[in-house]
Amino acid sequence: MATRRFSERTHEIPPKASIRRGPTTDEEVFGEAFNGQVVGRFIKYVAVYRKLLFVAIAAVLVFTVSSITFPLIVKSVYDEALSEGAPDRSRLAMLVIVFLVAVGFNFIANFFQELIVGRVAERILFDMRRAMYLHLQRISLSFMDKTEIGKLMSRLQGDVAALQEFVETAVFAIGDLVLLVGIIGAMVWLDWRLGLMTLAVLPTLLIVRIIWLPFARRAFLRARVTSSIVSGALAENINGVRVVQGMSREYVNYDLFDIRASDNLRAANLASKLGVMMLPIVDTLTGAAMAIVVVMGGFFVLGGTIETGVMVAFVLFVQRFFDPIRSLTMHYNVLQRAMASGERIFEVIDVPVDIKDKPNAIVLEDIDGSIEFENVTFGYFPDQPILKDISFKVKPGETVALVGPTGSGKTSTTALLHRFYDVWEGSVKVGGHDVRDVTLDSLGKQVAMVLQEPFLFSGTIFENIKYAKDDATREGIVEAARAVGAHEFIMKLPDGYETELEQRGGNLSLGQRQLISFARAIVADAKILILDEATASIDSYTEMLIQQALHRLLEGRTGMVIAHRLATIRSADRIIVLQDGRIIETGHHDELMELGGLYAHLYSMNYASFDDIPDELIQRATQAAQESAT
Amino acid sequence: MYVRITRMALHYRWRLAIGLVAIFFAAGFQLAIPILIGNAVDTANNLFGDADARAKDALVLTAILLFAVSVGRGFSAMVQNYMGESIGQHIGYELRMLYYEKLQRLSFSYHAGVHTGDLITRGILDVEGVRMFVQTALLRSVFLVVLIGTGMYLMLTKDLQLGLISLSFVPFVAWRATVARLRLRSNWYSLQEKLSSLTKVMDENLGGIRVVRAFASQKHEMMKFDGASNEALSLANIQVGIRATNISLMSLAFMLAMAAVLWVGGLRVIDGEMTAGGLTQFLAFMSILLQPVRQIGMMVNGYARGAASGGRLFSVLDLEPDIQDKPGAKDLEITEGVLEFHNVSFGYEGEHTLNGVSFKVQPGHTVGIVGPPGSGKSTIAHLVPRFYDPVDGYITIDGQDLRDIKLESLRRAVGVVEQDTFLFTASVEHNVAYGDPWAPDDRVELASQYAQLGDYIERLPGGYDTMVGERGVSLSGGQRQRLSIARSIMLKPRLIVFDDSTAAIDAATEQRIRAALAELTKDRATIIISHRLSSLMHADEILFIDEGKIVERGTHDELLALGGHYNDLYELQIRPSEDSHPLDDEGGAS
Ligand SMILES: Nc1ncnc2c1ncn2[C@@H]1O[C@H](COP(=O)(O)OP(=O)(O)OP(=O)(O)O)[C@@H](O)[C@H]1O
Ligand SMILES: Nc1ncnc2c1ncn2[C@@H]1O[C@H](COP(=O)(O)OP(=O)(O)OP(=O)(O)O)[C@@H](O)[C@H]1O
Ligand SMILES: [Mg+2]
Ligand SMILES: [Mg+2]
Repeated sequence: MATRRFSERTHEIPPKASIRRGPTTDEEVFGEAFNGQVVGRFIKYVAVYRKLLFVAIAAVLVFTVSSITFPLIVKSVYDEALSEGAPDRSRLAMLVIVFLVAVGFNFIANFFQELIVGRVAERILFDMRRAMYLHLQRISLSFMDKTEIGKLMSRLQGDVAALQEFVETAVFAIGDLVLLVGIIGAMVWLDWRLGLMTLAVLPTLLIVRIIWLPFARRAFLRARVTSSIVSGALAENINGVRVVQGMSREYVNYDLFDIRASDNLRAANLASKLGVMMLPIVDTLTGAAMAIVVVMGGFFVLGGTIETGVMVAFVLFVQRFFDPIRSLTMHYNVLQRAMASGERIFEVIDVPVDIKDKPNAIVLEDIDGSIEFENVTFGYFPDQPILKDISFKVKPGETVALVGPTGSGKTSTTALLHRFYDVWEGSVKVGGHDVRDVTLDSLGKQVAMVLQEPFLFSGTIFENIKYAKDDATREGIVEAARAVGAHEFIMKLPDGYETELEQRGGNLSLGQRQLISFARAIVADAKILILDEATASIDSYTEMLIQQALHRLLEGRTGMVIAHRLATIRSADRIIVLQDGRIIETGHHDELMELGGLYAHLYSMNYASFDDIPDELIQRATQAAQESAT
Repeated sequence: MYVRITRMALHYRWRLAIGLVAIFFAAGFQLAIPILIGNAVDTANNLFGDADARAKDALVLTAILLFAVSVGRGFSAMVQNYMGESIGQHIGYELRMLYYEKLQRLSFSYHAGVHTGDLITRGILDVEGVRMFVQTALLRSVFLVVLIGTGMYLMLTKDLQLGLISLSFVPFVAWRATVARLRLRSNWYSLQEKLSSLTKVMDENLGGIRVVRAFASQKHEMMKFDGASNEALSLANIQVGIRATNISLMSLAFMLAMAAVLWVGGLRVIDGEMTAGGLTQFLAFMSILLQPVRQIGMMVNGYARGAASGGRLFSVLDLEPDIQDKPGAKDLEITEGVLEFHNVSFGYEGEHTLNGVSFKVQPGHTVGIVGPPGSGKSTIAHLVPRFYDPVDGYITIDGQDLRDIKLESLRRAVGVVEQDTFLFTASVEHNVAYGDPWAPDDRVELASQYAQLGDYIERLPGGYDTMVGERGVSLSGGQRQRLSIARSIMLKPRLIVFDDSTAAIDAATEQRIRAALAELTKDRATIIISHRLSSLMHADEILFIDEGKIVERGTHDELLALGGHYNDLYELQIRPSEDSHPLDDEGGAS
């Protein structure tokens, strides 16, 4: 079968490729608990800085008032110093000095309004990001399993950055608002009839806004969502670039990315169309207001109802009156965009935390290291139990091995011990306490884990082994590294323990990464140690050395070992055989061999060659195992 | 940088032209408004004694004009803004595509050295920075120049001396703008870098969430976050400081010029050298310039950010992948499918990881590779699809040096099941069909069955449409590995490398996979890297690698007879040993 060449760009969507264009599941998941009050909630973040903001508002007021006084001073210059009858130099000098004083105030106020509002705004952004991040640290894994990091990242960075734009213009917006209020006041005060006539255009503006808003809102949100999809796609491809290149998917991916990026382009374009649409509307209304003032004001002047001065002031004010409205319109677009982002930020903050400490949860200290599973049933999706009625006990200091075919639920069992998830039925006890009754933090300190997939952080090897154990000594770390047989290769690296690891430890081999992650668990110095395939990517010889070294180091600790290579676990105190989420055999190696069940078969298979093992044998083995279980 | 971005903008000739025309209109209308208003005041004032009707007519006419000009201004502003945004968005789109394309082509050695968090930040925030620059700064600065230029022209022609005084603020503002732009640019540059580090911290935290939870290290992680976040915040604060100083100083200069005009102009009016009306016009023009002067501050920021972001983006866009097709590279032609390493040496950074490795895999034959962690096994696997080039020696397939072959044809022919499984956030089906999304269902199903996944998938409620979660989180370790095996064999590559790809799979399942694959590998060259000797013992040749060298080679039986490292491993795995007790302090007694 000829494989299609991708290099001819087809622009057709391949049937078996993912292009999630619309709001995907995780967008929906997020929406669920969100309560919609973006502005109100935003204000809470602002309120933290209220003292500073009072100062800022004072500065804004001084700035605005001094801005308004300039025309008034100029007017006085005309009236008092330059009047045709009696020109007055000293009066001029005095007024210019007054002007300069106002300039001084204006300058200082301007500086402080920019500085304080700007800084507070940055703080708020960082606070919001922190709140989001902190929340993500608590959200339960069942939720995190469903979301993509790229999309979260787009909220943590993209949406926060979108708020930034808003915050940057906020300074001006506040000034504009104050100016607007001041001008309206001044106009009504000068002549209320003319004032009200001018203001008559405002309701129209409001009505237009009300019609426009829902459309604009949807458009802005769509622009943000599509942009987040683009970021997600970008992130995933960067992460999986090796697979992409290895399978020559570049061209297909390019096309798929293009589809998403074009979606975003269109959405953003629509949003900006809606945004700029407000400009002519506002200007038309400004024109109307100015025309009203000119005609009516002119008539009033002609009719002698008002003085020329009032009309001049009015015209100047009307012009200034719409300046803030115009710029507020622009800010309003930014604000709408920001609202869309704010919504996405609060969506994250609103995700409920299922797994959290009880009100008076116990802090685990000095426990004996026993483990007990009592009739545990658990699954990831409703109606699909993965672990079925599992019960077993591990005594303090004992080492128990979990074996079983792939997907039988071994890793899931250890996840429950850590309370990554809550059981459906039954209970999991550590040191005699139900894990739901203790604080998550203290539980984590009692149970150390080598995860099946070694994850390292970027940073030095030293930092990685030490990780969260702040009181670890250098000797302790070297000792742990020695115990797992990592010391040698670390010392061969140019910078030894100070070697910087690339992302996820990419500049080490997988086995080396596994060793570091193993050392990290040892340094954590916990009562219970879980090794989930901790030596799967390590040769048996190195493994043997590790086991000998660990023997001394782990004295008195409870161990739970998962391994497929049965040689790894044959001398455990007890072996628990899992099959399809049930315990089907337990006992010591010799007992299980005698039993001749699944374990015995798996064990013998490690030696046999694959030519020798007919399929029926395997089937028979599994069947026998199932029968013995029931 | 600006030149480069502007050159990109020039691709959108029509939009740009329309935008520029709109700018001139907008500036014209903007300048017309005060003139019209002045007119109206004069009419109301001067015609005071005149016949009411004429004055009223004049007023109404002015009002209509004023209205029309406003509407005109509104529309030209709309067009101008829209064109700016549209060009910005298109450039943003273009940059994204270029960036994406480049990242997909840059070779492993590049990707190994950069953090995805950094790359993602560039893709999100820096593209945004350039877009904002084009959208808000580029066209609008033309507008400001036109406005200020016209204002200057009007004032200088009116009265040279007063004009010069009123424009005295311009050099100062220009100087401040330059200084601030440079300072802001370096500030933005560091700020974007810090935001990148922040992204790294967050990205790793979320990627390693199971480690974070397992070690209950939220506090530690929050400290890391706060560290990065506070550094970025303090840079942001400095930025605000620069901006505040700048904007307020610029306004100050402007206001001082206005005071000077007031003083000098006032004196001249008193001396009778100038009319009060003339002075009014000067002041009116100056007040038109007030808003633009304030906007310069913002503009400067846009320029600075655009330059910093542009620099960060273009530095990636300008890279050339070090692994790419030679000019005149040919498609791989497979006659038999013999893979051969000729005295290959390779190192990632400086010192050698592989030293003089030579071996040959015939079609239908299997070469097994074992060795301690870090000995260079995966490195060998990475050289086959030419993810890296050897430093010394060469690799051939049917006598063709890999470096003379088109990459795509090579990688289509070679299937590597990576040790470090990566799955995409997609359904099972899409993951299996990743290499050929046009593959028919039966091929996907067959591949899954070969990898012993078929039964499992069929039992899933969603079947082949079940989502696997990010990087396959909702699968077990063994399921992930089998999916990745299925993904590779679906393409039926001519040469297959299994890099420890059954480490998380139990022996029974592995045997079944091997049995199923026997058919596929019958006429193909296969390399199996494994720590489990039962996977290797039937290979035609087994290589024991240590520190990048082949230290033992031969068939299973030959190696056992040799009694070396391989034999040690065999003893450990096969013979129940009395002296090793894993994690067992009671000596295994029970
Ligand atoms: N986060 C998850 N969300 C949904 N399903 C999951 C998740 N993790 C595991 N599963 C499913 O639960 C079952 C048991 O998985 P588990 O990881 O416990 O197996 P395992 O025994 O550790 O297998 P292996 O030896 O392959 O690592 C599998 O069928 C898997 O698909
Ligand atoms: N991207 C990289 N940059 C720098 N050094 C690397 C990189 N990848 C691997 N190395 C180093 O090269 C050596 C060989 O690594 P390789 O991955 O080939 O080992 P391996 O034999 O596959 O080991 P394992 O059994 O653990 O998978 C190791 O010392 C490793 O630290
Ligand atoms: Mg597992
Ligand atoms: Mg390897």
